[in-house]
Amino acid sequence: MSKRIKKATRHTNQNEGLIFEKSSPGKCGFELPPLDVPAVDPVETLGANHRREGVANFPEVSEIEVIRHFTRLSTWNYAIDLGMYPLGSCTMKYNPRVNEFVARLEGIATEHPAQPIELSQGCLKILRLLENCLLEITGMDAITLQPAAGAQGELTGLLLIRAYLEKQGNARKKVLIPDSAHGTNPATAVIAGYEVQNIKSESHGQIDVDKLRDFVTEDVAALMITNPSTLGIFEERIPEIAQILHAKGALLYMDGANMNALAGVARPGDLGVDVMHLNLHKTFSTPHGGGGPGAGPVAMKKILEPFRPVPILVEKDGGALTLESVRPHSIGRVKSFSGNFGVLVRALAYILAYGPGIRQATEDAVLNANYIRKHLEGVYDLPYSLPSMHEVVFSDAIQRKNGVNTMDIAKRLIDYGFHPYTTAFPLIVPGALMIEPTESESMEECDLFIDAMRSIAQEAAENPELVKTAPHSTRVRRLDEVGAARKPILRWDPSRQPTAEEHRHRHRHAKLTEPTPVTPTA
Amino acid sequence: MRYLPKSPAERQEMLAAIGAESIDELFSTIPERFRLREPLKLPGPFSEAEIIDYFKERAAENSVGYTSFLGAGVYNHLRSVVTDAIIQRGEFLTSYTPYQAEITQGTLQAIFEFQTLMCQLTGQAVANASMWDGSTATTEAVLMAERVTGRSRVLVARSLHPEYRDVLKTYAKNSDLTVEELPFSSDGMLTQKDLRAAIKDDVAAVVVQSPNFLGVLESVPELAEIVQSAGALLVVAITEAVSLGVVRPPAEADIVAMEGQSFGLAPSYGGPFVGVIASKDKFVRQMPGRLAGQTTDAEGRRGFVLTLATREQHIRREKATSNICTNQALCALAATVHLTLLGKQGLREMAEQNLAKAQFALTELTKIPGVHRTFSGPIFNEFTIELPRSARIVNGYLLREKIIGPLPLGQNYPELTKNALVCVTETTSRDDIERLAAGMRRALEQPL
Repeated sequence: MSKRIKKATRHTNQNEGLIFEKSSPGKCGFELPPLDVPAVDPVETLGANHRREGVANFPEVSEIEVIRHFTRLSTWNYAIDLGMYPLGSCTMKYNPRVNEFVARLEGIATEHPAQPIELSQGCLKILRLLENCLLEITGMDAITLQPAAGAQGELTGLLLIRAYLEKQGNARKKVLIPDSAHGTNPATAVIAGYEVQNIKSESHGQIDVDKLRDFVTEDVAALMITNPSTLGIFEERIPEIAQILHAKGALLYMDGANMNALAGVARPGDLGVDVMHLNLHKTFSTPHGGGGPGAGPVAMKKILEPFRPVPILVEKDGGALTLESVRPHSIGRVKSFSGNFGVLVRALAYILAYGPGIRQATEDAVLNANYIRKHLEGVYDLPYSLPSMHEVVFSDAIQRKNGVNTMDIAKRLIDYGFHPYTTAFPLIVPGALMIEPTESESMEECDLFIDAMRSIAQEAAENPELVKTAPHSTRVRRLDEVGAARKPILRWDPSRQPTAEEHRHRHRHAKLTEPTPVTPTA
Repeated sequence: MRYLPKSPAERQEMLAAIGAESIDELFSTIPERFRLREPLKLPGPFSEAEIIDYFKERAAENSVGYTSFLGAGVYNHLRSVVTDAIIQRGEFLTSYTPYQAEITQGTLQAIFEFQTLMCQLTGQAVANASMWDGSTATTEAVLMAERVTGRSRVLVARSLHPEYRDVLKTYAKNSDLTVEELPFSSDGMLTQKDLRAAIKDDVAAVVVQSPNFLGVLESVPELAEIVQSAGALLVVAITEAVSLGVVRPPAEADIVAMEGQSFGLAPSYGGPFVGVIASKDKFVRQMPGRLAGQTTDAEGRRGFVLTLATREQHIRREKATSNICTNQALCALAATVHLTLLGKQGLREMAEQNLAKAQFALTELTKIPGVHRTFSGPIFNEFTIELPRSARIVNGYLLREKIIGPLPLGQNYPELTKNALVCVTETTSRDDIERLAAGMRRALEQPL
């Protein structure tokens, strides 16, 4: 009697539970070397009131289970290493592996921030070289590498402006922010103690320079501008914008999120920008790592230099470097120790790989964005027609007629093997599709993306339901975000969840489900 | 260039497809006079081998070969090679913030596990997906307390890490917050008496660190009672998270702000590390930063999403709870893998080894004539000693013996110039401790 073997459709590696559900008492994935000093009684040493008897419900699993657990989870992620990741404004470029290697070297990863300065010269030279490279790229006069991320860079920049204006006698009240700006800009301005005044873009998506003149009063501390803007368009009148601000004693802050369109081609310092931050995890290739870490150095003009956050890297007589923490005009400390040093190391490794050739990366990034724009124009609505730089923003106006919106198209793109573009941002484009290919994509990968986008446009016209119910190929589909927010479950709770034993039981007896059909595409 | 996947012919083909004569045409919106004509003056281009050589040369100029007794917010602990192997998987390393949940379930589930681990460790109900570091987490905890209480006075123990206090002051300067400091007593702790004397009904938060910067554990339950009965929030900062393997968690605190560097992250000259904010359920909507939550998909399967995003800057803009966007996700993953490896037993054993080493070091060092334990309160793996002469001078001598001595406290606490903060962990061998004791003895025998 032959027993027909049914195909097991959902392998356990697609059905990995939480690590807590795999735990059973007595297992361990790590062993310490034996203790070489006398053991102590914790109750006696700490006192009974400080003593803890183990962490309740902490996982107990072996090393191979840890490896399998996290390896399985990793396979549920999309990543740059798998393919194009055209998230607009995020600059998802290749993260070179040599950067990871050098950041982990003994003598780099092992260094303690409080160790004697004479034993830290290697670290400080790395910081100094990175400072010099970033100054050359931005055309600014001074820099701090302290901020942990772009948003902290923004805050540092605004605090510099505030300190400078205070020294002039009036910190002023308002920061102007265009309606196309990143959400961090207004959130940061509030933390810096400023009122936010939003300014509307003109019909081409640029800053309305004539209206700006009316807005810039003696109350305005700064304008925060993103250049190229979040539409991927260069603010052509930026020198004039700087003049308007300067004439009223206000300063120009530039969000450097889109520096990948400028590196080696033009320098914000030459354009009249007074202070800007860089996102090293965007332009300078340090990995996003699922959301961080980043680094947000702030480059500035001479007038802001005295206010830089401590510690400040200075060269002593004889050439040795040191960190100074006492500076009379400094805005203070924004982060402990010396910034996200390991991220700074990676960024320097990236710059050294290119040298002056960094211009080629910029050119290729702009080339890719324009190539994609050319092939998708007409298929998707292009709300702002000024020339694109490193990214292009379409809208879903054409597809919306069939009830298909930008999120649907984004989800369908997943079925074609791509990470979605940025959806619904910038806010000034209803139903935005914000596409930033970066320089890391070959012509072939761009062509595949273009084909996918064209095919989805066709599907949206002929079979909108297919697009609206996408993705069809993923492990999970359209997760219930409303439910997640209404009754938040933010941690595993054994009283609310099946126990490990129940889970194993359930798993053994689980009915094998049929796979979700992957809809063939044209 | 090895990172760029295009041949010259392909570049030409793409330009032709666009209808541009040259690449410069694509930059035509940048006014001519601002376009760079000369190449940037940058070192390079360098091959991979040259880049490695450059960093190896810099590494050789640092502290390789020295034995260190520094802690003070950054700790040397054992780390398994497994952690690095996992976090270097491209699927984690080169993935973005998990806004597209269907294809980032790996990151999302790992964050959910991280949040759970942080809750278990701190005794709190909810923890976020990470902050930049312990210093900014502490500051954000205070800002959160300000939102919850609507008050603006903050009392901060002087035994909170000096750099954490500095960061808080930088943020406070531009808001309505006023920051005042609370003293430590001869046992190294904040006393109930001092706290009672300072607290009033206009206080938003009281911030203490435990173990504190001087190495001493604070009596959190007693402090919490005083703080909470005044309607303020108790923020407990933790810089040495391994202590939670053997020390009772600050469950009574309203907010725990923790540095998670001790969980599998290299010292790396001060970063990147991983900040943690954990708190009570009732305060969740005032929390900063990202949160991963459990939900179900269209077919009822368990899945995870970023949730309660209406607190965050990309939705709420100027009304957001914080400006944080990029966080320390990969570091949080490293901590998650590391803690999963250690497990219940490993974490406890690691913590108990730290306890034992510190007691041994304390005994050995206080055998030296003129060397005393400064504070009598209970300690974990750091303690303050008073020397008969300046700690800086002693350290200068120790350097000659390839020892980076304990942190001199005079810079941050002028009254403690002859005091130093000793840190030992499970990575410090008995031999290292005995060498330090012998070296310190010799240093103190040197003529002045």
